[in-house]
Amino acid sequence: MADNNKHAEHHARTEEHFREKHLMLDPLPRGQMNEMVMDSMHTTSWKFWVVFALLSAIVAYGLFYSWGRMILEGLGIAGVNRPSYWGIFLVNTVFWIGISHAGTFISAILRVFKAEFRRPFTRAAELMTTFGLVQAGFSVFMHMGRVWLSYWLFPYPNQRLLWPNLHSPLTWDLLAITTYLLSSTMYLFLPLIPDLAMARDRSTGWRKTFYKILALGFRGTEGEWTHLRNAMNIFAFAIIPVMFSVHTIVSWDFAAATRPGWNSTIFGPYFVVGALHSGMGAVVMVLAIVRGTMKNMKYFIRPEHFEAIGKLMLIISMAWAYFFFNDYMVQWYGGDKWTHQLLHFHEAGPMGWMWFAMLIFNIAIPWAVLWNAKWRSKPWVAFTVGLFINVGMWFERYIIVPISLSINRMPFTWRLYHPGVEIPLGIGTLAFFILLYMIASRLVPLVPVWEVQEGQMAHELKKFGRETVVTVSELE
Amino acid sequence: MIRPDEVKMSAEETGKWGMVIDQDICTGCQACVAACAMENNISFVGEVDAGYGRSMHWIRIERFWEGEYPEVKMTSNQPMLCQQCGHANCEPVCPAFATVHSQAEQLNLQIYNRCVGTRYCANNCPYQVRSFNWRDYARPEPLSNQLNPDVTVRRRGVMEKCTFCIQRIHKAQDKAKSEGREVMDGEFTTACAQACPANAIVFGRVDDPESLVSQLARRSHGVKHLEELGTLPNVTYFKGG
Repeated sequence: MADNNKHAEHHARTEEHFREKHLMLDPLPRGQMNEMVMDSMHTTSWKFWVVFALLSAIVAYGLFYSWGRMILEGLGIAGVNRPSYWGIFLVNTVFWIGISHAGTFISAILRVFKAEFRRPFTRAAELMTTFGLVQAGFSVFMHMGRVWLSYWLFPYPNQRLLWPNLHSPLTWDLLAITTYLLSSTMYLFLPLIPDLAMARDRSTGWRKTFYKILALGFRGTEGEWTHLRNAMNIFAFAIIPVMFSVHTIVSWDFAAATRPGWNSTIFGPYFVVGALHSGMGAVVMVLAIVRGTMKNMKYFIRPEHFEAIGKLMLIISMAWAYFFFNDYMVQWYGGDKWTHQLLHFHEAGPMGWMWFAMLIFNIAIPWAVLWNAKWRSKPWVAFTVGLFINVGMWFERYIIVPISLSINRMPFTWRLYHPGVEIPLGIGTLAFFILLYMIASRLVPLVPVWEVQEGQMAHELKKFGRETVVTVSELE
Repeated sequence: MIRPDEVKMSAEETGKWGMVIDQDICTGCQACVAACAMENNISFVGEVDAGYGRSMHWIRIERFWEGEYPEVKMTSNQPMLCQQCGHANCEPVCPAFATVHSQAEQLNLQIYNRCVGTRYCANNCPYQVRSFNWRDYARPEPLSNQLNPDVTVRRRGVMEKCTFCIQRIHKAQDKAKSEGREVMDGEFTTACAQACPANAIVFGRVDDPESLVSQLARRSHGVKHLEELGTLPNVTYFKGG
């Protein structure tokens, strides 16, 4: 008898341990969970509005006023010069596309591989994709000398039969980014539909109208679910090659050019891995902030998620180190004297500190911290590492764009680049990204509730003899 | 075996208009730079912008030296301008077809009113000879009265570059046509060549083996800059002859 009691106690303890640790094993009634998510959207403290006002001011000055001034006065107020014809604008473009990468990576790849830990944060990652691409668009259009004529880059019918030049990597780039923006927005929207329907049924007033329009009349019939699942499945698979192609094509802007330091065949995969590196760092930062600042989010986003993403970050950091080494070594072995000059300029030139900081932030810090499961489970630790990685990856792009441009085959023109109005513009894009995220956090459920519920229904703790095990019914 | 005279060269490889620059007699006086600016309505960017690498010159005199201060030895000056490449790096990268190869003249032309200012062409130019209009630069009186009516005035946000004075080429061609003859060698020249007091710059048809520029270009010590990149430049330099 006493033995039985002991077993029951042991079982209860194991069960509680599992519950505490894993969201999938800690189910709540559906109604309650829906309420929690609705509540997190509706609870807005004064702090939110202070940050909101501050960011709005930064966006108004940094993005719109500064850009307007640049359009009126010309690129002279920025820091671009000869030979650094591209400056922080292109750094930010590549950076934001990189950020937008991890959103889809986490969401689509983990969905395809049925990784269960993805469930509570796919939405947060997908939102990052869309909002990051908006900033990438801002950054690349900003850098144009005559942005008011940018529609010339699109293939539109015109009387003179003038078309964009399909030989130009920039044209490929524009097509790739447009494809990615459209497909990732649709991919964001599809899993959002059931949650919008849920929100519609629980709202009144203007919110009801808002959700009613967006939910497209979703009622949850079997037919609707079948269509939705089919569509999501197609998109999850189809968007992965799109994602890889986008950053490869971004790298071709550089790799296809005749410049020492750019003309590297490994740039495609190197850029993809770099994008994932900074993107994963950004996801973890967003999750830490969402968990820390929004109501009820501590239930959904748990240390197990930081632990799982931390592992991915570590692996991607190693992959990035491999590609960096590969790129560097093969170029160096090539023996081209200009490339040689450039590689020494990277580490020993006036911006050498940035090169070393890049290696420390992208490799040393992640490796030193993320190997430990206890450390990487802590949200603030994960946030800090993510921040370092993002700064490091921004440095990496800075080294590739303006620093590599400072040196070319005409020594007479060598000159360093000093940013001008790029700084408020860059800060403006960052503020705009956060601002869009803040607005979205009040309008759409940041957690895909139905996906969490689906996962919880599939997982169950069962007792087999003396052991308590996690059982999984077939998923989807 | 193919004999050299049997090798068929494409129009890009042969080129049409070309230049020879003798660095040994160039004095670095900058007369070509000034003449080019006058002829082609090039903006003056002012001290600050020029000091920051934004000066707009379609031709520039590159000065190099050897040794450390105070034992500095000047080497010969190197006038650098658009090499009017047969396979130009600037052309394929423009997304708007603003940088194009002229089939008639075999020159690289910049279509100012098609340029949207991505500056990719300038990044990809190995000679770094393209100038970007970073601002609308002022032309105070009486400078505005000396604008050349044959050349477009460019606005901010537009890339520009040497055209081998295409307005002069067209003028000479029109004149010859109205007189029912071909353009003669030496009948006209570019602004830089015209202004050079040392006659260090010679301009003409490189596809005509009898022209002065072709004869000079055949001299053994002529070099074409960064030829190893496959750009097929049309400017030949002499140094240390």
